[in-house]
Amino acid sequence: MPAVFFYIFATIMIASACVVILARNPVHSVLFLILAFCNGAGLFLLSGAEFLALILIVVYVGAVAVLFLFVVMMLDVDFAELKQGFAKYLPMGVGVGLVVLGELGMVALGWRTSPLAASAAASPIPDNMSNTAALGQILYTKYAVFFEASAMVLLTAMIGAIVLTLHHRPNVKRQSIEEQNSRNAKNVVEIKKVPFRTGV
Amino acid sequence: MTIGLTHYLVVGAIMFTLGVAGIILNRKNIIVILMSVELILLSVNINFVAFSKELGDLTGQVFALYVLTVAAAEAAIGLAILVAFYRNRGTIAVEDINSLKG
Repeated sequence: MPAVFFYIFATIMIASACVVILARNPVHSVLFLILAFCNGAGLFLLSGAEFLALILIVVYVGAVAVLFLFVVMMLDVDFAELKQGFAKYLPMGVGVGLVVLGELGMVALGWRTSPLAASAAASPIPDNMSNTAALGQILYTKYAVFFEASAMVLLTAMIGAIVLTLHHRPNVKRQSIEEQNSRNAKNVVEIKKVPFRTGV
Repeated sequence: MTIGLTHYLVVGAIMFTLGVAGIILNRKNIIVILMSVELILLSVNINFVAFSKELGDLTGQVFALYVLTVAAAEAAIGLAILVAFYRNRGTIAVEDINSLKG
C-alpha cells in the first residue's frame, strides 16, 4: 500500500513540476508549485518525517507560495513577452536537463549503502517517541547553535525584506504621537482680546 | 514491492533536473526562475529525508529543516528585491538588469 501512495505522490509531484516550468501564466506556475509541495509533503509522510511534512505545508503552502502569488499579482508585467525565446532555449534546456539527469541517475542507481553506516548514525531515530518529539530533543540540545543560527537567518531576511520594500512617500500626512502627546493648552491655545467691531 | 532509497533518489534526481531545466527555459522571467530554485531545494529535501530514513539518522531531517529555513529566507529576500527593482525600473526582464555594466 505505501508503494501505491509513493507512486501516486511522485507522479503528481513530477507532473506538476513540469507544469511549473512550462506554464504560460505564472499564476498557474505558482498554483502547481503548491500542488508539488503538497505531494512532496506526502512523500515526507511516507518516509516517516511527519514534522517536516507538516512544516512543508505550513511554511511553503501557507507562506512562501502565497508570497509568490502576491508578487505575481502585484507586478503589472506582460508575461507573454517574457515567455518569448522559450523555443530558442528549448534545445539547450533539454540538453542540460538530460546531462544532469544522466549524472544524477548514475549516482542514484549505483548507490550502495555500507552495512556499517547504520551503526555510525550521529543521532539515531528512537523508536519509543514520535518524530516531532525526537526532532525536538536533538534540535534544542545537540543542534541548539544551528537552531539559533537559522533564527538569525530568518531575522536577517525579515529585516532585509522590510528595508528593501519600505519606501516613504513625500507629501503624506502622518500621525506623530510624540507631537500629539506633548501638546497642552498652555502653548497651543491662544487667547486674544478682540476689540469691538474690528475683528482680529 | 518495497519502496527503498533508490526510488526516492530517482524522484529527487528528476525534480532537480526539472528545476535546472526550468532555470534555463525561463531565462527571461525571474519569478519562474525563483520557483525553479524552490523545486531544486524541494528535491534536495527529498534526498535528505530519504537518507535519514535509510540510515536511521535524524540528522538528515534536522538539516532538511535548515534547508527549508534558508529557502524561505531566500524567497522573501528575492521577492523583495524583485519588488524594489520593479518599482524603480518598471520591468523584471532578466536581460534588462544590467545597470552595473560599465
